[in-house]
Amino acid sequence: MIVSVGWYMTLAAGLFSLGAVGVLLRRNALVMFMSIELMLNSVNLTFVAAGGELGLIEGQVAALFVMVVAAAEVTVGLAIIVAVFRRRGTANVDQLSELEG
Amino acid sequence: MFETIVFIVFAVVAMVGAFAMLAARNTVFSAMGLLATMFSIAVFYILLDAHFVAAVQVIVYAGAVMTLFLFVIMLIGVDRIEGRDEEIPFQRPITVVLVVGLFAVIVAAGSSAWVTGWRLFGETDLNGTIETVADALFGTWMIPFLSTVFLLTIAAVGTIALAQFGPGGLHAVDEDDDHEERVS
Repeated sequence: MIVSVGWYMTLAAGLFSLGAVGVLLRRNALVMFMSIELMLNSVNLTFVAAGGELGLIEGQVAALFVMVVAAAEVTVGLAIIVAVFRRRGTANVDQLSELEG
Repeated sequence: MFETIVFIVFAVVAMVGAFAMLAARNTVFSAMGLLATMFSIAVFYILLDAHFVAAVQVIVYAGAVMTLFLFVIMLIGVDRIEGRDEEIPFQRPITVVLVVGLFAVIVAAGSSAWVTGWRLFGETDLNGTIETVADALFGTWMIPFLSTVFLLTIAAVGTIALAQFGPGGLHAVDEDDDHEERVS
């Protein structure tokens, strides 16, 4: 039994779905953020697996670019969460409903 | 055979880690579950001969990003347990149905376009060492690589600017603000 690229793709789809569950179900902004990181990681896995299958180094280059964007996103996002927490005293997104119509 | 065993073991670890991240009510346990998933993905990169990306995965995600997450968790309180009450009626069943549908659509769309068995340059042995990655990164993808420099600089400046915001706006964080009382 040889591990084909389809195995990696299916696993990445599963991890992406679990990340989507986290974003939709959890109310803690930090856990929602971790779920987004999980989704980015699963997409990285598909990039590297497809690049390896096609014999293209661009899959790994794309994964590196995604990591850069994710790192920038984490710093800014966590700074926003800390700023919101200092102002409102909570990181629960249900209570952050000031923009509600 | 060895590759299959390693893949199955770490696929189980990755899925269990992701489940633990979702189910844990303590945020620190969520971070630990995500850490297990990140390490498993690094193992998959090694299986796929992407050694440099695997090293970066461990350093950036398992190292820097998770440290940042744990730091923020410690900063804004670990003992705040999230309630299970739902604001939107039937949020949980609707989410499960939507996400199962999403998974089915991804797998259906992907299986009609698998790249399996099709190799562009014959039997290429792609070895993701630093040399091969750097050849692509500093050759074809030089301009995107340089633009990430600006992205990271802007993100760092933005983070520092956000850190200046307090309860009363910019530069209004005093030593004796009521942060401690509002936590409780």
